[in-house]
Amino acid sequence: MANVASTTASAGSELTARALREAVFAGLISLGLFILFVGLETTQNIRNELVLNQRWGLLATFVVIAMVGRFLMVAYVQPRLAQRKAAKAAAPDVVKEEGFFSRNFSAIAIVALILYPPVVLALTGVQGSLKWVDNFGIQILIYVMLAWGLNIVVGLAGLLDLGYVAFYAVGAYSYALLSSYFGLSFWVLLPVAGLLAACWGVVLGFPVLRLRGDYLAIVTLAFGEIIRLVLINWTEVTKGTFGVSGIAKATLFGIKFDATKTGFAALFGLPMSSAYYKIFLFYLILGLALLTAFVTIRLRRMPIGRAWEALREDEIACRSLGINTVTTKLTAFATGAMFGGFAGSFFAVRQGFVSPESFVFLESAVILAIVVLGGMGSLTGIAIAAAVMIGGTEILRELAFLKLVFGPNFTPELYRMLIFGLAMVVVMVWKPRGFVGSREPTAFLHKRKAVSGSFTKEGHG
Amino acid sequence: MTAPLLHVRGVETYYGNIRALNGVDVEVHRGEIVSLIGANGAGKSTLMMTICGSPQARTGSVHFEGQDITRLPTHEIARLRIAQSPEGRRIFPRMTVLENLQMGASLDELKHFKEDVEKVFTLFPRLKERQAQRGGTLSGGEQQMLSIGRALMARPKLLLLDEPSLGLAPLIVKGIFDAIKKLNKQEGLTVFLVEQNAFGALKLSDRAYVLVNGRVTMSGTGKDLLANPEVRAAYLEGGRH
Repeated sequence: MANVASTTASAGSELTARALREAVFAGLISLGLFILFVGLETTQNIRNELVLNQRWGLLATFVVIAMVGRFLMVAYVQPRLAQRKAAKAAAPDVVKEEGFFSRNFSAIAIVALILYPPVVLALTGVQGSLKWVDNFGIQILIYVMLAWGLNIVVGLAGLLDLGYVAFYAVGAYSYALLSSYFGLSFWVLLPVAGLLAACWGVVLGFPVLRLRGDYLAIVTLAFGEIIRLVLINWTEVTKGTFGVSGIAKATLFGIKFDATKTGFAALFGLPMSSAYYKIFLFYLILGLALLTAFVTIRLRRMPIGRAWEALREDEIACRSLGINTVTTKLTAFATGAMFGGFAGSFFAVRQGFVSPESFVFLESAVILAIVVLGGMGSLTGIAIAAAVMIGGTEILRELAFLKLVFGPNFTPELYRMLIFGLAMVVVMVWKPRGFVGSREPTAFLHKRKAVSGSFTKEGHG
Repeated sequence: MTAPLLHVRGVETYYGNIRALNGVDVEVHRGEIVSLIGANGAGKSTLMMTICGSPQARTGSVHFEGQDITRLPTHEIARLRIAQSPEGRRIFPRMTVLENLQMGASLDELKHFKEDVEKVFTLFPRLKERQAQRGGTLSGGEQQMLSIGRALMARPKLLLLDEPSLGLAPLIVKGIFDAIKKLNKQEGLTVFLVEQNAFGALKLSDRAYVLVNGRVTMSGTGKDLLANPEVRAAYLEGGRH
């Protein structure tokens, strides 16, 4: 008995020693990594001279966090995980019955989203709700929609598109320019923007029909840049880098959201506030995103959707089964681009201002990252990834308390991309196929046995 | 004699400047099993792919039911009901067995899907057990069955099989050859088969061609070729000196 106790004790102290050792290593590595990025900062003073600021305190905080994190990881988290793994392996295989929540996840999520604006309004008041509806609601939903649109091209058809933001730009500028030159309304221009983007999708699709993988990625990347450069340099029409401003707002069945007598607020006897317009926009983008999801789910069950997925798997086999790979690819590009166009015109109507700066490569990369993190092809996973990534970067603005830890000059927003990258690495190590890595089959001969996932539950093949 | 179902005349196919087929003539009649045997690099798979239009023949012609299909794109050739189980099987690995079979039936928009699936499942009962499983998780033999099954879903007039025995255990190869024989006997399906496994292929076939360096050097009934000393020396006993 005493023997056993002494071995566990010695194992414990051994573990602590190892954890300490690894913590020191982690500290050294983070010191090396951050010494130039965090420890030193260059700024310009009033005479335009370069000044080197030394931030040893901040650097020390970073190193300490890395060391403490590594120590806790090795000493506590890893043994716990190993224990759980062993327990799991020892336990007999039990088929896990899925709970009510996971079975009805998408229905619950949709209801929650519909209730979100009134709840926020009740909790935070009219002015306070602005931030929550706009920054967290609309912003996230735009990316959900964009990622779902890109998912058709990348997730279903397997065509790696790094220039998706181009279609977003086409949609945004279609609305911005056609509304300011011809005075057409949002509801007329929304389908027009989608159609124009779809046309550009076909234009991109033609030259890249024979390309796959890396080569396709490079050409689509270049395409995205071409669209942006055209927007910058075609100054007579697009006003170049100044952008198009004063874009008309959308109306609800002809009711404007302004301070006039016939405006929304006056009509319903409410005090004038821009919050009502934001809430209207929230429902608008929610509707558009749900349309994207609905179309994706329907298409997956139709011959064209099956052909997309087969194309992703094996192009030669597709051709030998009589599938026209040219039209299949072009429809994938066009459909994906169309939703990008819808999202773009929504973006223009929300901002009231568009400039080429909103459509840089980074946007394409973020959208693609969301698709990959969520799990290619999975609508639920992508929505979660968008909420985490975009919501996460928005939350960074709210974390004023970090100033207490890192000093008063610390601005968490600046670390946005660092955290974004870290999150990607963590997710890819932890779940290499994304949050929802499993693919939902669409064909069933008899009744489905297991009901899992969320967005394919209504179908019986 | 009636016109052949598939008629390959003087076909030359090139990869860049390299000539892979050097004037090949092959005929396949309705209801026959015809096999093409030959060593590695003889051009067997190239001939198969040329019939499917990828790559296309530079000279010569391919006729199917009297129609010139030499310059048709691959998917249109497939629409004439020439179904292929390609080399390396090429099933869709992330799609389920049933979805793979659906893809095979896409020419008819799944009109006869249920009926045809039952037929494929009777032919290959293993696929029925595995219908909800992803294609990539099947064993090699099951994948080959799936590949043939997928081709059959298109209700083909001509079935092209490229090395169905590749990398499979002898017992499984026998099962697959039996299934091919059964299809031919019961349904009258015309089969054109490319094989390295000369013994199995010749036993199975009504007629056969021997391909050497892109040229047909011998042809005859399966039985004759099996008995032919040259064929025996080159393809049947070559391995056991």
